[in-house]
Amino acid sequence: MTDLSFAKGFEIAQAVLKGDVSAQNAVEAALSTIQTRDQTLNAFTDVTAERALARAKAVDADRAAGKPLGPLAGVPFAVKNLFDVAGLPTRAGSKINRELPPSQHDSPLIEKLETAGAILVGALNMGEYAYDFTGENIHDGPSRNPHDVTRMTGGSSGGSGSAVAGGLVPLALGSDTNGSIRVPASLCGTFGLKPTYGRLSRARSFPFVGSFDHLGPFARSTRDLALAYDAMQGHDPEDPVSTTRPLEAALPQLAHGLEGLRIAVAGGYFRNQGFPEAYQAIDHVAKALKVSREVELPEVHRARAAAYVITTTEGAALHLDRLRARPNDFDPAVRDRLIAGAMIPSSLVVKAQKFRRWYRKQVLALFKDVDAIIAPTTPCTAPSIGQQNFTLDGVEMPVRANLGIYTQPISFIGLPVVAVPVPLKPLPIGVQIIAAPWKEDVALRIAHALEEQGVVVAPRPPLN
Amino acid sequence: MKDDADLDAWIVASADLMKLPLDPAWLPAVRQNVKVTFQLASEFDDFPLPDDSEPAPVFGA
Repeated sequence: MTDLSFAKGFEIAQAVLKGDVSAQNAVEAALSTIQTRDQTLNAFTDVTAERALARAKAVDADRAAGKPLGPLAGVPFAVKNLFDVAGLPTRAGSKINRELPPSQHDSPLIEKLETAGAILVGALNMGEYAYDFTGENIHDGPSRNPHDVTRMTGGSSGGSGSAVAGGLVPLALGSDTNGSIRVPASLCGTFGLKPTYGRLSRARSFPFVGSFDHLGPFARSTRDLALAYDAMQGHDPEDPVSTTRPLEAALPQLAHGLEGLRIAVAGGYFRNQGFPEAYQAIDHVAKALKVSREVELPEVHRARAAAYVITTTEGAALHLDRLRARPNDFDPAVRDRLIAGAMIPSSLVVKAQKFRRWYRKQVLALFKDVDAIIAPTTPCTAPSIGQQNFTLDGVEMPVRANLGIYTQPISFIGLPVVAVPVPLKPLPIGVQIIAAPWKEDVALRIAHALEEQGVVVAPRPPLN
Repeated sequence: MKDDADLDAWIVASADLMKLPLDPAWLPAVRQNVKVTFQLASEFDDFPLPDDSEPAPVFGA
């Protein structure tokens, strides 16, 4: 293994297990790559080199002592900076929160990945308070897309997308409230998993919209997604919505392929508003899966609208005190949306929540006849950094609020999704593989089958 | 509300009631966001649901 920077996580772990590479080598290689490439990509806000090297030495010592190593032994990873990392303030992309005292403990998802042998190397850039689809940050600067550094990473987990696509780490964690894992995965050309709502603990992470917030992994292979996802499962009483379901390992399911799965393409709403490349990607995946069936999710435009209203109002409630005390320390684009959200009548929010339950029932009924639905992830490939508007179906719209038009109606009801990268030229774009609640394994199986066929792949960007 | 001046007056009054600071320079952006949010809310506001439909404030998939 000569170039560790684009090695998959499972390849690094296998090399560490066999003794071909030490965990220290793997971490030193990641730190070196971060030092050089991050000057351009601006994916990292914190590098935890000392901690990472100490952890790597412990993994190597365990191996030398003949102790069993975890399935992610020696795999460097990083987390969006809304995860608590012991010793760092959890800034959540903001100026205000970076003044908080350092966290006392890691997030439980970090603890679980490290128990599996992975090694935290730092925290990643993100849109302020996760209210963002661009990956831009007024305080820390924009994270940059490794495939074209003049373009957006997508947000709000922009640093996570950039770090994985750019080969700085093989694995990263992000959060997804309305699309913040899936949008950067699409624009940066990585795989991303947004699990079922309640599947992975959100304890000790900074929230945005509690009834929509999910955490999940980015990687350059489905195998790495499954390894990380399996390592992070488990009930956590610290998260009030954490499921008590038993662990349902996805990794052993990957080899089952497409056998017996009924797959359909999302029609209607999802066949409108996109640029040609969004449909090109869907057609490419549908052809590979030999899927011609189309299903239509009901009233999707209303679902997206309801998700928008709940987000802006619940987000405003979260930040009300900060808006009152320190309005000038917010990104103005975030502040002005939150102030507007604080003024929306609660009767509309309750109606949005009632509609949500109706919509959930209708969509779950579709899963009696299909196991998975494929849909575009973003309406376009990565826009330019700073681009304010784009034109969707002839209507000029703000980029910041509308990159998530295809992701919002899905996270609205907590469905699991794997975003897979279609390596179009000159820029990649994602496709969502959407499954029924608690069926992450189905979405991962389909993603893995497409990866095995070479239909989806995290393309290597033109970086030194 | 057709007139921006009427909407601005509502926003200023709402900010005062909510004890939110509102620099006049922020008003055009706040107004635009309020307009977009109400426009989107109208997309589900007119959708008929039975009186006994339950909201899903914390969603369990």
